[in-house]
Amino acid sequence: MAGSSVSVDLSQAMATAPVAAGDWLVVAPSLITMLGGALCLMLRKNTDLQPKLGIAFLGALVLASLTLLVRVLDHGVITMVMGSWLPPFGIAFTVDALGATLSFIGSIVAFCGGLFGAASVDSTGRRYGFYPFLLLLMTGVCGAFLTGDVFNLYVWFEVLLISSYGLLVLGNDRIQLDGAVKYGVLNLVGTNLFLIATGLLYGIFGTLNMADISLKVAALDNPASGTLATVAALYFLAFAMKAAAFPVNFWLPASYHTPNVVVSAVFAGLLTKVGVYALIRVFVLILPASRDHLADLIALVAIVTLITGAIGALAQSEVRRLLGYVVIAGIGSMLAGVAVGSTLAISGAIFYAVHSIVVMTALYMAAGVMHMLGGSYDLRKLGGLYRKNVAFAGVFLVLGFAVSGLPPFSGFWPKIMLVDAAFRDDELRFGTALGAAILVSGFLTTLAMGRVWIFAFWRGGPEGTPDGQTADAVEVEAPQLSGGAVWLPLGILTALVVYFGLQPEWMIELATQGASGVDQPFGYQRSVFGEQG
Amino acid sequence: MESGVVILIGLFFTVAVYLMLSKQLVRILLGIAILGNAVNMLIFTNGRLTREVPPLIPENLYTPATATANPLPQALVLTAIVISFSFFAFLLVLAFRAYQELGTDEVNSMRIAEPEHDQNPPQGY
Repeated sequence: MAGSSVSVDLSQAMATAPVAAGDWLVVAPSLITMLGGALCLMLRKNTDLQPKLGIAFLGALVLASLTLLVRVLDHGVITMVMGSWLPPFGIAFTVDALGATLSFIGSIVAFCGGLFGAASVDSTGRRYGFYPFLLLLMTGVCGAFLTGDVFNLYVWFEVLLISSYGLLVLGNDRIQLDGAVKYGVLNLVGTNLFLIATGLLYGIFGTLNMADISLKVAALDNPASGTLATVAALYFLAFAMKAAAFPVNFWLPASYHTPNVVVSAVFAGLLTKVGVYALIRVFVLILPASRDHLADLIALVAIVTLITGAIGALAQSEVRRLLGYVVIAGIGSMLAGVAVGSTLAISGAIFYAVHSIVVMTALYMAAGVMHMLGGSYDLRKLGGLYRKNVAFAGVFLVLGFAVSGLPPFSGFWPKIMLVDAAFRDDELRFGTALGAAILVSGFLTTLAMGRVWIFAFWRGGPEGTPDGQTADAVEVEAPQLSGGAVWLPLGILTALVVYFGLQPEWMIELATQGASGVDQPFGYQRSVFGEQG
Repeated sequence: MESGVVILIGLFFTVAVYLMLSKQLVRILLGIAILGNAVNMLIFTNGRLTREVPPLIPENLYTPATATANPLPQALVLTAIVISFSFFAFLLVLAFRAYQELGTDEVNSMRIAEPEHDQNPPQGY
């Protein structure tokens, strides 16, 4: 090799053909949001223009990720390498059905969050950068969904983490500082664990490209043993921390109710699901043998997360804190899918992630609207909301049914898939218990959501109001929200929930495609390395 | 040489975990700073340590003539240093603001977000 030859064949190390015009879409979600974030940051003093600009960029993000999803479904997995360095040398963005679907749904939720923020974030919040942070958060979220490189995934995690810190302390209240300390420290430790595992993985294989690692792992004689077992355990701990699985979930109920309600909504929709996505990506695509190895542990964690999350929700009387525990219970369902690991289970987990992204955001927004109508987040002080707004009572009932997994709404189908897959699994020690836990957790969540509906909507007034009579709230907090701009985003998300419930076929199809894409990663590997791979 | 560095990294992790388990926020932050450095050294060592052979390609050649140090971990560590430094700076300010507002740096007494004596939820319907 070390000769003095002058001509060098660049095609061995670099992509020489120009990138197809449509493939630029791969980086479009991250680029659009980064550009929008920078622009909003420069115009941060112009608080009237900010929402319009931010919402326009988020709308462009929705369009871009929809086009990307359509293209992935038409052409299969798309890979684009940065700086034309061929993988495994260059950083590759590899988009499969799983990443494109989640990025599309995440974009819709962020768009709705932008719309809702126009009503719920005051001009001070805008001046301190709500829209730049939201857009940069989406840069991180979309980047994490679309990248094909483990270290790059870590970098996107940090991008979304630093933006989420900014959003969390926006407003600078005492309660926010308290929540942010716990959120900040524990999430940083989680990402550091992720980085440790990635460093060790690099030490073993000498590469960071996911497709390359998955090929090298598959070529090993005993791929679940030795250092790789340590790496897998570290990854599991790190992603469980990011996804808020029991017993490393206590940062979530400590912080998610502290910021502005739209921030809680976007966080509840997106952040934990990025952790679940990373778990699926690493354990199903890269380290399938380690997933088999850890399956019993993951199942146990899933069961405890499902049950403790639902019980935690029952014990709360503050609506946003209650919803924080409902988020955790949902994480248990997705972990159950990873624990079972069949294509059906993984597609159930993906569908559940989609459902959870939409429904949790909508529920937090609904909590904001409850505060607007009733003047409190406390179930003891709420009441009579049915009288104030019948349509909203219906919307909340739909969302409550959906998050509990009752038909005919979006939570029903993924739960069926997960329970079915769990009962079919003979290898798992806790297979039956896992299926039962999903059902019990759904039942307890139904009770928790039913309580919210009974107390806040059905009851005539705050605690102490006699049956059959109506009363107004005694003490009303200053509303965080005003105006009609809250109904559009809430309506969009509720319509999605109903639509996924009534027409689940295409989402099941999409989730199955996403699951088989990581389960049998030939298409993924071929996309990265070309035909010879 | 690697074994020595590995022991040092282990020491760093020990100190970091010990500090992070304490109740004072300042100590926890110091633990995080040390954890970041431990992780950086771990990545660096995972790229294998090679002495005195910088990854430079001599003139007139297109590939290095001898085995050289691995340049990739240096790029990774550089990224990680920047990230962990900025996060540390943010958390430092956050902890200071929390100390100002909450009047304590002891994590057990930070109970604004989750009050200690919460009322029970409504019991009847």
